[in-house]
Amino acid sequence: MTATIVPPATTTEAAPARRTARPIPATRLVKVELRKMFNTRSGFWMLISIGVLSPISAGSLLVLGLNSDVTYQNFVRASGFPMSVILPIIAILAVTGEWSQRSGLTTFTLVPSRGRVIGAKAIATLLVGLGAVSVAFAVGALGNVAGSALAGVDTAWDISLSMALQMVLYNLVGMAFGFALGVVLRNSAAAIVGYFVASLVMPGILALLAQVRSWFEDLQPWIDWHYTQVALLDGATNTVKEWAMLGSTTMIWIVIPLVVGLLSLRRSEVK
Amino acid sequence: MITVESLTRRYAGFTAVDNVSFTALPGRVTGFLGPNGAGKSTTMRVMVGLTAPTSGTATINGERFADLPNPGLEVGVLLDASAQHAGRTGREILTTAADTMGLPRRRVDEMLELVSLTPTEAKRRVRNYSLGMRQRLGIATALLGDPRVLILDEPANGLDPAGIRWMRDLLTGFASQGGTVLLSSHLLHEIEVIADDLVVIGNGRIVAAGSKEELLAAAGTLARSTSPRDLAHALEQAGIPSTLASDGSVRTDADPARVGAVALTAGIPLTELRSAEGAGLEDMFLSLTADTQREGVAA
Repeated sequence: MTATIVPPATTTEAAPARRTARPIPATRLVKVELRKMFNTRSGFWMLISIGVLSPISAGSLLVLGLNSDVTYQNFVRASGFPMSVILPIIAILAVTGEWSQRSGLTTFTLVPSRGRVIGAKAIATLLVGLGAVSVAFAVGALGNVAGSALAGVDTAWDISLSMALQMVLYNLVGMAFGFALGVVLRNSAAAIVGYFVASLVMPGILALLAQVRSWFEDLQPWIDWHYTQVALLDGATNTVKEWAMLGSTTMIWIVIPLVVGLLSLRRSEVK
Repeated sequence: MITVESLTRRYAGFTAVDNVSFTALPGRVTGFLGPNGAGKSTTMRVMVGLTAPTSGTATINGERFADLPNPGLEVGVLLDASAQHAGRTGREILTTAADTMGLPRRRVDEMLELVSLTPTEAKRRVRNYSLGMRQRLGIATALLGDPRVLILDEPANGLDPAGIRWMRDLLTGFASQGGTVLLSSHLLHEIEVIADDLVVIGNGRIVAAGSKEELLAAAGTLARSTSPRDLAHALEQAGIPSTLASDGSVRTDADPARVGAVALTAGIPLTELRSAEGAGLEDMFLSLTADTQREGVAA
Protein backbone atom coordinates (compact mmCIF):
# COMPACT_ATOMS: atom_id res chain seq x y z
CA MET A 1 0.00 0.00 0.00
CA THR A 2 2.74 2.36 0.83
CA ALA A 3 4.21 1.68 -2.57
CA THR A 4 1.31 3.47 -4.22
CA ILE A 5 1.82 6.64 -2.28
CA VAL A 6 3.19 9.25 -4.58
CA PRO A 7 5.18 11.85 -2.70
CA PRO A 8 3.56 15.24 -3.03
CA ALA A 9 5.21 17.44 -5.59
CA THR A 10 6.45 19.73 -2.90
CA THR A 11 8.77 17.26 -1.22
CA THR A 12 11.36 17.40 -3.97
CA GLU A 13 11.49 21.12 -3.46
CA ALA A 14 11.03 20.86 0.28
CA ALA A 15 14.40 19.23 0.60
CA PRO A 16 16.38 21.43 -1.75
CA ALA A 17 19.84 20.35 -2.64
CA ARG A 18 21.85 21.95 0.12
CA ARG A 19 23.25 25.05 -1.43
CA THR A 20 26.96 25.17 -1.53
CA ALA A 21 26.92 28.72 -0.31
CA ARG A 22 30.38 30.13 -0.13
CA PRO A 23 31.36 32.62 2.54
CA ILE A 24 31.14 36.23 1.46
CA PRO A 25 34.65 37.30 0.42
CA ALA A 26 36.19 40.29 2.19
CA THR A 27 36.81 42.14 -1.08
CA ARG A 28 33.08 42.10 -1.78
CA LEU A 29 32.35 43.49 1.68
CA VAL A 30 34.83 46.31 1.13
CA LYS A 31 33.23 47.16 -2.24
CA VAL A 32 29.78 47.19 -0.67
CA GLU A 33 30.92 49.38 2.21
CA LEU A 34 32.57 51.80 -0.23
CA ARG A 35 29.33 52.05 -2.15
CA LYS A 36 27.36 52.59 1.05
CA MET A 37 29.59 55.52 2.01
CA PHE A 38 28.45 57.49 -1.01
CA ASN A 39 25.01 56.21 -2.00
CA THR A 40 23.24 58.12 0.75
CA ARG A 41 22.27 61.73 0.38
CA SER A 42 24.71 62.88 3.06
CA GLY A 43 27.54 60.76 1.63
CA PHE A 44 26.89 62.05 -1.86
CA TRP A 45 27.01 65.68 -0.80
CA MET A 46 30.13 65.21 1.26
CA LEU A 47 31.88 63.78 -1.78
CA ILE A 48 30.62 66.69 -3.90
CA SER A 49 31.69 69.24 -1.31
CA ILE A 50 35.22 67.83 -1.27
CA GLY A 51 35.28 67.99 -5.07
CA VAL A 52 34.04 71.58 -5.06
CA LEU A 53 35.77 73.00 -1.98
CA SER A 54 39.27 71.67 -2.69
CA PRO A 55 39.74 73.53 -5.98
CA ILE A 56 38.04 76.63 -4.52
CA SER A 57 40.38 76.56 -1.55
CA ALA A 58 43.42 76.12 -3.82
CA GLY A 59 42.07 78.80 -6.16
CA SER A 60 41.64 81.31 -3.35
CA LEU A 61 45.35 80.99 -2.64
CA LEU A 62 45.92 81.85 -6.29
CA VAL A 63 43.74 84.96 -6.05
CA LEU A 64 44.47 86.18 -2.52
CA GLY A 65 47.99 84.91 -1.90
CA LEU A 66 51.24 86.78 -2.31
CA ASN A 67 53.82 85.68 -4.83
CA SER A 68 55.87 84.19 -2.03
CA ASP A 69 52.89 81.95 -1.14
CA VAL A 70 53.05 80.22 -4.49
CA THR A 71 54.64 76.95 -3.36
CA TYR A 72 53.56 73.36 -3.73
CA GLN A 73 53.31 73.01 0.05
CA ASN A 74 50.83 75.84 0.33
CA PHE A 75 48.70 74.61 -2.54
CA VAL A 76 48.50 71.07 -1.20
CA ARG A 77 47.60 72.42 2.24
CA ALA A 78 44.94 74.69 0.79
CA SER A 79 43.32 71.98 -1.33
CA GLY A 80 43.64 69.51 1.53
CA PHE A 81 42.08 71.74 4.17
CA PRO A 82 38.41 71.03 3.33
CA MET A 83 39.26 67.33 3.28
CA SER A 84 40.79 67.37 6.74
CA VAL A 85 37.38 68.50 8.03
CA ILE A 86 35.11 66.36 5.86
CA LEU A 87 37.05 63.06 5.75
CA PRO A 88 36.67 62.35 9.50
CA ILE A 89 32.93 63.00 9.19
CA ILE A 90 32.73 60.51 6.31
CA ALA A 91 34.54 58.02 8.55
CA ILE A 92 32.12 58.70 11.43
CA LEU A 93 29.00 58.29 9.30
CA ALA A 94 30.32 55.10 7.69
CA VAL A 95 30.02 53.48 11.13
CA THR A 96 27.24 55.35 12.91
CA GLY A 97 24.77 55.21 10.00
CA GLU A 98 24.16 51.54 10.75
CA TRP A 99 22.85 52.49 14.19
CA SER A 100 21.46 55.99 13.79
CA GLN A 101 19.73 55.08 10.54
CA ARG A 102 19.13 51.51 11.75
CA SER A 103 20.36 50.03 8.48
CA GLY A 104 22.45 47.71 10.67
CA LEU A 105 19.40 45.50 11.03
CA THR A 106 19.83 44.52 7.37
CA THR A 107 23.62 44.77 7.26
CA PHE A 108 24.20 42.48 10.22
CA THR A 109 21.59 39.93 9.15
CA LEU A 110 23.26 39.67 5.75
CA VAL A 111 26.71 39.49 7.38
CA PRO A 112 26.35 38.25 10.96
CA SER A 113 30.04 38.72 11.75
CA ARG A 114 30.14 42.30 12.97
CA GLY A 115 33.92 42.25 13.13
CA ARG A 116 34.07 41.57 9.39
CA VAL A 117 31.66 44.40 8.62
CA ILE A 118 33.60 46.88 10.76
CA GLY A 119 36.87 45.65 9.25
CA ALA A 120 35.50 46.18 5.74
CA LYS A 121 34.38 49.67 6.76
CA ALA A 122 37.87 50.42 8.08
CA ILE A 123 39.48 49.35 4.81
CA ALA A 124 36.93 51.30 2.77
CA THR A 125 37.59 54.37 4.94
CA LEU A 126 41.34 53.97 4.42
CA LEU A 127 40.85 53.73 0.64
CA VAL A 128 38.70 56.86 0.61
CA GLY A 129 41.34 58.67 2.66
CA LEU A 130 44.16 57.66 0.29
CA GLY A 131 42.06 58.59 -2.73
CA ALA A 132 41.15 61.98 -1.32
CA VAL A 133 44.73 62.80 -0.34
CA SER A 134 45.93 61.88 -3.85
CA VAL A 135 43.37 64.33 -5.20
CA ALA A 136 44.70 67.00 -2.83
CA PHE A 137 48.23 66.45 -4.12
CA ALA A 138 47.02 66.53 -7.73
CA VAL A 139 44.91 69.68 -7.26
CA GLY A 140 47.84 71.24 -5.39
CA ALA A 141 50.17 70.43 -8.29
CA LEU A 142 47.79 71.99 -10.83
CA GLY A 143 47.43 75.08 -8.64
CA ASN A 144 51.16 75.32 -8.20
CA VAL A 145 51.87 75.14 -11.93
CA ALA A 146 49.10 77.62 -12.78
CA GLY A 147 50.00 79.89 -9.85
CA SER A 148 53.69 80.13 -10.63
CA ALA A 149 52.93 80.78 -14.30
CA LEU A 150 50.49 83.56 -13.42
CA ALA A 151 52.77 85.12 -10.81
CA GLY A 152 55.80 84.75 -13.05
CA VAL A 153 57.87 82.99 -10.40
CA ASP A 154 59.77 79.73 -10.51
CA THR A 155 57.63 76.69 -9.71
CA ALA A 156 58.63 75.55 -6.23
CA TRP A 157 58.22 71.83 -5.47
CA ASP A 158 58.94 72.09 -1.77
CA ILE A 159 57.45 68.88 -0.41
CA SER A 160 59.92 66.18 0.59
CA LEU A 161 58.90 62.53 0.68
CA SER A 162 58.92 62.58 4.48
CA MET A 163 56.65 65.60 4.51
CA ALA A 164 54.30 64.07 1.94
CA LEU A 165 54.00 60.92 4.02
CA GLN A 166 53.25 62.97 7.12
CA MET A 167 50.55 64.90 5.28
CA VAL A 168 48.96 61.61 4.20
CA LEU A 169 49.23 60.31 7.74
CA TYR A 170 47.66 63.53 9.06
CA ASN A 171 44.48 62.83 7.10
CA LEU A 172 44.44 59.13 7.90
CA VAL A 173 44.88 59.76 11.63
CA GLY A 174 42.00 62.27 11.47
CA MET A 175 39.82 59.65 9.79
CA ALA A 176 40.91 56.97 12.25
CA PHE A 177 39.89 59.23 15.12
CA GLY A 178 36.47 59.80 13.50
CA PHE A 179 36.12 56.07 12.92
CA ALA A 180 37.01 55.26 16.54
CA LEU A 181 34.50 57.84 17.78
CA GLY A 182 31.87 56.28 15.54
CA VAL A 183 32.58 52.80 16.89
CA VAL A 184 32.45 53.97 20.51
CA LEU A 185 29.38 56.21 20.30
CA ARG A 186 27.42 54.56 17.47
CA ASN A 187 25.37 57.69 17.08
CA SER A 188 25.92 60.16 14.23
CA ALA A 189 25.08 63.38 16.07
CA ALA A 190 27.03 62.48 19.22
CA ALA A 191 30.09 61.36 17.26
CA ILE A 192 30.19 64.49 15.08
CA VAL A 193 29.79 66.76 18.10
CA GLY A 194 32.46 64.72 19.87
CA TYR A 195 34.76 65.12 16.91
CA PHE A 196 34.45 68.90 16.88
CA VAL A 197 34.82 69.17 20.63
CA ALA A 198 38.01 67.10 20.45
CA SER A 199 39.45 68.99 17.49
CA LEU A 200 38.30 72.57 18.20
CA VAL A 201 37.50 72.98 21.90
CA MET A 202 39.85 70.59 23.66
CA PRO A 203 43.13 71.85 22.10
CA GLY A 204 42.44 75.36 23.44
CA ILE A 205 41.77 74.07 26.92
CA LEU A 206 44.91 71.91 26.91
CA ALA A 207 47.04 74.79 25.59
CA LEU A 208 45.69 77.02 28.34
CA LEU A 209 46.39 74.36 30.93
CA ALA A 210 49.97 74.07 29.64
CA GLN A 211 50.39 77.81 30.09
CA VAL A 212 49.21 77.95 33.67
CA ARG A 213 50.59 74.66 34.93
CA SER A 214 54.20 74.16 33.97
CA TRP A 215 54.20 70.45 34.79
CA PHE A 216 51.55 69.98 32.07
CA GLU A 217 53.63 71.71 29.43
CA ASP A 218 55.96 68.72 29.10
CA LEU A 219 53.06 66.32 29.23
CA GLN A 220 50.90 68.03 26.62
CA PRO A 221 52.60 66.69 23.46
CA TRP A 222 52.10 63.16 24.80
CA ILE A 223 48.36 63.46 25.37
CA ASP A 224 47.20 66.29 23.09
CA TRP A 225 45.83 64.78 19.90
CA HIS A 226 45.72 68.15 18.18
CA TYR A 227 49.36 68.89 19.01
CA THR A 228 50.69 65.82 17.20
CA GLN A 229 48.27 66.43 14.32
CA VAL A 230 49.69 69.92 13.75
CA ALA A 231 53.18 68.45 13.84
CA LEU A 232 52.18 65.95 11.12
CA LEU A 233 50.62 68.63 8.95
CA ASP A 234 53.78 70.72 9.19
CA GLY A 235 55.91 67.69 8.44
CA ALA A 236 57.62 68.27 11.77
CA THR A 237 57.43 64.75 13.17
CA ASN A 238 61.03 63.68 12.70
CA THR A 239 62.77 62.48 15.85
CA VAL A 240 62.10 59.21 17.60
CA LYS A 241 60.66 61.19 20.49
CA GLU A 242 58.23 62.99 18.18
CA TRP A 243 57.08 59.72 16.65
CA ALA A 244 56.70 58.32 20.17
CA MET A 245 54.49 61.30 21.04
CA LEU A 246 52.34 60.56 17.99
CA GLY A 247 52.17 56.94 19.10
CA SER A 248 51.09 58.03 22.56
CA THR A 249 48.28 60.33 21.42
CA THR A 250 47.17 57.73 18.88
CA MET A 251 47.02 55.13 21.63
CA ILE A 252 44.97 57.39 23.89
CA TRP A 253 42.58 58.85 21.34
CA ILE A 254 42.26 56.10 18.74
CA VAL A 255 43.47 52.65 19.78
CA ILE A 256 41.93 52.49 23.26
CA PRO A 257 38.52 53.91 22.24
CA LEU A 258 38.51 51.60 19.22
CA VAL A 259 39.19 48.49 21.30
CA VAL A 260 36.60 49.44 23.93
CA GLY A 261 34.10 50.26 21.19
CA LEU A 262 34.70 47.03 19.29
CA LEU A 263 34.29 44.91 22.40
CA SER A 264 30.92 46.43 23.24
CA LEU A 265 29.85 46.57 19.59
CA ARG A 266 30.31 42.84 19.11
CA ARG A 267 28.00 42.00 21.97
CA SER A 268 25.52 44.84 21.81
CA GLU A 269 22.02 44.42 20.48
CA VAL A 270 21.25 45.82 17.06
CA LYS A 271 17.84 47.42 17.32
CA MET B 1 13.06 24.57 9.40
CA ILE B 2 13.50 26.87 12.35
CA THR B 3 14.18 25.31 15.73
CA VAL B 4 14.12 27.28 18.93
CA GLU B 5 15.23 25.45 22.07
CA SER B 6 14.90 26.67 25.65
CA LEU B 7 15.60 30.19 24.53
CA THR B 8 15.95 32.74 27.30
CA ARG B 9 16.88 36.37 27.07
CA ARG B 10 17.17 38.37 30.27
CA TYR B 11 17.71 42.07 30.58
CA ALA B 12 18.66 43.82 33.79
CA GLY B 13 15.61 43.28 35.92
CA PHE B 14 13.30 41.45 33.55
CA THR B 15 13.07 38.40 31.37
CA ALA B 16 11.96 39.23 27.84
CA VAL B 17 12.01 35.65 26.58
CA ASP B 18 11.63 32.86 29.09
CA ASN B 19 12.55 29.30 28.12
CA VAL B 20 10.86 29.38 24.74
CA SER B 21 10.92 26.30 22.51
CA PHE B 22 9.11 25.70 19.25
CA THR B 23 9.72 24.68 15.66
CA ALA B 24 8.54 26.19 12.41
CA LEU B 25 8.24 23.42 9.85
CA PRO B 26 9.00 23.52 6.14
CA GLY B 27 5.94 23.68 3.91
CA ARG B 28 3.94 25.47 6.58
CA VAL B 29 3.24 29.02 7.62
CA THR B 30 3.79 29.40 11.35
CA GLY B 31 2.04 32.34 12.96
CA PHE B 32 3.78 33.87 15.95
CA LEU B 33 1.33 35.74 18.17
CA GLY B 34 1.45 37.66 21.37
CA PRO B 35 0.47 40.96 22.98
CA ASN B 36 2.74 43.98 22.72
CA GLY B 37 6.01 43.39 24.54
CA ALA B 38 5.43 39.64 24.86
CA GLY B 39 8.84 38.83 23.43
CA LYS B 40 8.04 38.12 19.77
CA SER B 41 10.50 40.58 18.32
CA THR B 42 13.22 39.69 20.82
CA THR B 43 12.83 36.02 19.91
CA MET B 44 13.08 36.86 16.22
CA ARG B 45 16.13 39.06 16.77
CA VAL B 46 17.86 36.23 18.62
CA MET B 47 17.07 33.87 15.71
CA VAL B 48 18.98 36.06 13.28
CA GLY B 49 21.86 36.87 15.61
CA LEU B 50 21.08 40.54 16.26
CA THR B 51 20.55 39.82 19.95
CA ALA B 52 22.61 37.32 21.92
CA PRO B 53 20.54 34.82 23.92
CA THR B 54 21.17 34.54 27.66
CA SER B 55 20.75 30.78 27.24
CA GLY B 56 19.28 28.34 24.76
CA THR B 57 19.65 28.13 21.00
CA ALA B 58 17.91 29.04 17.79
CA THR B 59 18.89 27.23 14.62
CA ILE B 60 17.95 27.41 10.96
CA ASN B 61 18.04 23.97 9.34
CA GLY B 62 20.24 22.85 12.20
CA GLU B 63 22.74 25.67 11.97
CA ARG B 64 23.12 28.79 14.01
CA PHE B 65 22.27 31.82 11.90
CA ALA B 66 25.69 33.33 12.56
CA ASP B 67 27.34 30.19 11.15
CA LEU B 68 25.59 30.41 7.79
CA PRO B 69 28.18 31.33 5.16
CA ASN B 70 25.87 33.64 3.22
CA PRO B 71 22.69 33.96 5.29
CA GLY B 72 20.80 36.07 2.76
CA LEU B 73 20.65 33.09 0.38
CA GLU B 74 19.08 30.85 3.01
CA VAL B 75 16.98 33.05 5.24
CA GLY B 76 14.92 36.07 4.23
CA VAL B 77 14.54 38.44 7.15
CA LEU B 78 12.27 41.42 7.66
CA LEU B 79 12.23 42.64 11.24
CA ASP B 80 11.41 46.31 10.87
CA ALA B 81 10.51 47.98 7.60
CA SER B 82 11.48 51.37 8.99
CA ALA B 83 15.02 50.25 9.72
CA GLN B 84 16.48 51.50 6.45
CA HIS B 85 18.85 54.35 5.76
CA ALA B 86 16.43 57.21 5.03
CA GLY B 87 18.91 58.85 2.67
CA ARG B 88 19.19 55.87 0.31
CA THR B 89 16.91 55.17 -2.61
CA GLY B 90 14.90 51.98 -2.61
CA ARG B 91 16.89 50.72 -5.56
CA GLU B 92 20.22 51.42 -3.82
CA ILE B 93 19.10 49.52 -0.73
CA LEU B 94 18.30 46.47 -2.87
CA THR B 95 21.47 46.88 -4.93
CA THR B 96 23.62 46.99 -1.79
CA ALA B 97 21.93 43.86 -0.45
CA ALA B 98 22.27 42.06 -3.80
CA ASP B 99 25.95 42.99 -3.98
CA THR B 100 26.53 41.69 -0.46
CA MET B 101 24.96 38.35 -1.34
CA GLY B 102 26.83 38.24 -4.65
CA LEU B 103 23.67 38.24 -6.78
CA PRO B 104 23.37 39.65 -10.30
CA ARG B 105 21.86 43.14 -10.51
CA ARG B 106 18.87 41.92 -12.50
CA ARG B 107 17.55 40.39 -9.27
CA VAL B 108 16.98 43.95 -8.10
CA ASP B 109 14.65 44.70 -11.00
CA GLU B 110 12.90 41.38 -10.58
CA MET B 111 12.26 42.07 -6.91
CA LEU B 112 11.06 45.63 -7.53
CA GLU B 113 8.58 44.22 -10.00
CA LEU B 114 7.53 41.45 -7.64
CA VAL B 115 6.67 43.87 -4.83
CA SER B 116 5.10 46.37 -7.27
CA LEU B 117 7.43 49.28 -6.66
CA THR B 118 7.58 51.33 -9.86
CA PRO B 119 10.95 52.45 -11.30
CA THR B 120 10.11 56.04 -10.30
CA GLU B 121 9.36 55.00 -6.73
CA ALA B 122 12.55 52.95 -6.61
CA LYS B 123 14.53 56.10 -7.43
CA ARG B 124 13.06 58.01 -4.51
CA ARG B 125 14.77 58.10 -1.15
CA VAL B 126 13.28 55.96 1.57
CA ARG B 127 12.55 58.98 3.78
CA ASN B 128 9.78 59.79 1.29
CA TYR B 129 8.28 56.29 1.42
CA SER B 130 5.01 55.44 3.12
CA LEU B 131 5.04 52.59 5.63
CA GLY B 132 3.45 50.32 3.04
CA MET B 133 6.17 51.11 0.51
CA ARG B 134 8.87 50.48 3.10
CA GLN B 135 7.18 47.20 3.91
CA ARG B 136 7.26 46.21 0.23
CA LEU B 137 10.92 47.19 0.01
CA GLY B 138 11.66 45.12 3.12
CA ILE B 139 9.90 42.11 1.63
CA ALA B 140 11.87 42.59 -1.59
CA THR B 141 15.10 42.57 0.46
CA ALA B 142 14.01 39.41 2.27
CA LEU B 143 13.16 37.58 -0.97
CA LEU B 144 16.19 38.82 -2.90
CA GLY B 145 18.43 35.82 -2.21
CA ASP B 146 15.66 33.32 -3.07
CA PRO B 147 15.80 31.85 0.47
CA ARG B 148 14.02 28.74 1.74
CA VAL B 149 13.18 30.25 5.11
CA LEU B 150 11.38 33.52 5.84
CA ILE B 151 11.33 35.32 9.17
CA LEU B 152 8.94 38.25 9.03
CA ASP B 153 7.93 40.55 11.87
CA GLU B 154 4.60 42.27 11.21
CA PRO B 155 4.99 42.26 7.42
CA ALA B 156 1.36 43.20 6.77
CA ASN B 157 1.67 46.41 8.78
CA GLY B 158 0.84 49.43 6.68
CA LEU B 159 -0.04 47.45 3.55
CA ASP B 160 -3.21 48.36 1.69
CA PRO B 161 -5.92 45.67 1.31
CA ALA B 162 -4.62 44.63 -2.09
CA GLY B 163 -1.13 44.45 -0.61
CA ILE B 164 -2.34 42.26 2.24
CA ARG B 165 -4.03 39.90 -0.21
CA TRP B 166 -0.86 39.82 -2.32
CA MET B 167 1.28 39.10 0.72
CA ARG B 168 -1.04 36.29 1.79
CA ASP B 169 -0.82 34.64 -1.63
CA LEU B 170 2.93 35.13 -1.71
CA LEU B 171 3.48 33.46 1.65
CA THR B 172 1.10 30.55 1.07
CA GLY B 173 2.75 30.02 -2.32
CA PHE B 174 6.18 30.12 -0.68
CA ALA B 175 5.14 27.53 1.93
CA SER B 176 3.45 25.26 -0.62
CA GLN B 177 6.77 25.05 -2.45
CA GLY B 178 8.34 23.70 0.71
CA GLY B 179 9.53 26.95 2.24
CA THR B 180 9.40 27.68 5.96
CA VAL B 181 7.59 30.84 7.01
CA LEU B 182 7.61 32.31 10.49
CA LEU B 183 5.31 35.28 10.64
CA SER B 184 4.48 37.48 13.55
CA SER B 185 1.46 39.70 13.45
CA HIS B 186 -1.12 41.26 15.65
CA LEU B 187 -3.58 41.24 12.76
CA LEU B 188 -5.32 38.13 14.03
CA HIS B 189 -7.61 37.87 11.05
CA GLU B 190 -4.58 37.76 8.77
CA ILE B 191 -2.92 35.07 10.83
CA GLU B 192 -6.13 33.08 11.02
CA VAL B 193 -6.42 33.06 7.23
CA ILE B 194 -2.81 32.37 6.44
CA ALA B 195 -1.21 30.33 9.22
CA ASP B 196 -1.05 26.54 9.37
CA ASP B 197 0.55 26.44 12.80
CA LEU B 198 0.37 28.85 15.68
CA VAL B 199 2.73 29.75 18.48
CA VAL B 200 1.26 32.04 21.12
CA ILE B 201 3.58 33.85 23.48
CA GLY B 202 2.70 35.94 26.54
CA ASN B 203 5.09 37.55 29.01
CA GLY B 204 8.00 35.83 27.31
CA ARG B 205 6.54 32.33 27.71
CA ILE B 206 4.85 30.08 25.22
CA VAL B 207 1.21 29.79 26.24
CA ALA B 208 0.07 27.64 23.33
CA ALA B 209 1.56 26.00 20.27
CA GLY B 210 0.17 23.62 17.69
CA SER B 211 -1.72 23.46 14.44
CA LYS B 212 -4.38 26.07 13.92
CA GLU B 213 -7.16 23.45 13.82
CA GLU B 214 -6.10 21.96 17.14
CA LEU B 215 -5.86 25.26 18.90
CA LEU B 216 -9.08 26.67 17.54
CA ALA B 217 -10.95 23.44 18.27
CA ALA B 218 -9.87 23.84 21.84
CA ALA B 219 -11.77 27.08 21.89
CA GLY B 220 -15.02 25.16 22.53
CA THR B 221 -18.55 25.22 21.26
CA LEU B 222 -21.17 27.77 20.49
CA ALA B 223 -24.81 26.73 20.62
CA ARG B 224 -28.09 28.56 20.12
CA SER B 225 -31.53 27.53 21.06
CA THR B 226 -34.96 29.11 21.18
CA SER B 227 -34.66 28.85 24.96
CA PRO B 228 -31.02 29.54 25.78
CA ARG B 229 -31.68 29.62 29.51
CA ASP B 230 -32.97 26.04 29.46
CA LEU B 231 -29.99 24.97 27.42
CA ALA B 232 -27.55 26.52 29.85
CA HIS B 233 -29.43 24.89 32.71
CA ALA B 234 -29.39 21.50 31.02
CA LEU B 235 -25.66 21.80 30.43
CA GLU B 236 -25.10 22.70 34.04
CA GLN B 237 -27.13 19.65 35.11
CA ALA B 238 -24.86 17.54 32.92
CA GLY B 239 -21.81 19.05 34.64
CA ILE B 240 -20.73 21.21 31.73
CA PRO B 241 -20.01 24.80 32.71
CA SER B 242 -21.27 27.27 30.16
CA THR B 243 -21.77 30.97 29.72
CA LEU B 244 -24.87 32.62 28.43
CA ALA B 245 -23.98 35.54 26.19
CA SER B 246 -26.23 38.57 25.83
CA ASP B 247 -26.92 37.69 22.20
CA GLY B 248 -28.61 34.50 23.36
CA SER B 249 -25.77 32.14 22.45
CA VAL B 250 -24.40 29.60 24.88
CA ARG B 251 -20.65 29.00 24.95
CA THR B 252 -18.85 26.13 26.56
CA ASP B 253 -15.49 24.40 26.50
CA ALA B 254 -17.09 21.02 25.77
CA ASP B 255 -17.04 19.74 22.23
CA PRO B 256 -20.11 20.12 19.97
CA ALA B 257 -21.03 16.40 20.08
CA ARG B 258 -21.46 16.47 23.83
CA VAL B 259 -23.48 19.65 23.78
CA GLY B 260 -25.72 18.15 21.09
CA ALA B 261 -26.23 15.00 23.14
CA VAL B 262 -27.16 16.98 26.23
CA ALA B 263 -29.63 19.09 24.26
CA LEU B 264 -31.20 16.00 22.76
CA THR B 265 -31.62 14.32 26.13
CA ALA B 266 -33.12 17.46 27.57
CA GLY B 267 -35.39 17.80 24.53
CA ILE B 268 -34.21 21.29 23.73
CA PRO B 269 -34.26 22.13 20.00
CA LEU B 270 -31.01 23.70 18.87
CA THR B 271 -30.97 26.35 16.18
CA GLU B 272 -27.20 26.40 15.86
CA LEU B 273 -24.37 24.21 17.01
CA ARG B 274 -20.76 24.63 15.96
CA SER B 275 -17.18 24.92 17.10
CA ALA B 276 -16.75 28.37 18.50
CA GLU B 277 -14.12 29.17 15.90
CA GLY B 278 -16.24 31.91 14.41
CA ALA B 279 -15.25 33.99 17.37
CA GLY B 280 -12.09 32.07 16.77
CA LEU B 281 -8.57 33.21 17.03
CA GLU B 282 -9.31 36.48 18.74
CA ASP B 283 -11.13 34.82 21.63
CA MET B 284 -8.48 32.16 21.91
CA PHE B 285 -5.76 34.75 21.83
CA LEU B 286 -7.40 36.91 24.47
CA SER B 287 -8.15 34.00 26.78
CA LEU B 288 -4.67 32.51 26.43
CA THR B 289 -2.95 35.79 27.03
CA ALA B 290 -5.49 37.15 29.52
CA ASP B 291 -2.95 37.22 32.35
CA THR B 292 -0.51 39.15 30.26
CA GLN B 293 -2.80 41.68 28.61
CA ARG B 294 -2.23 45.28 29.50
CA GLU B 295 -5.94 46.00 29.42
CA GLY B 296 -6.76 43.04 31.66
CA VAL B 297 -9.38 41.81 29.20
CA ALA B 298 -11.40 38.98 30.68
CA ALA B 299 -11.70 36.19 28.17
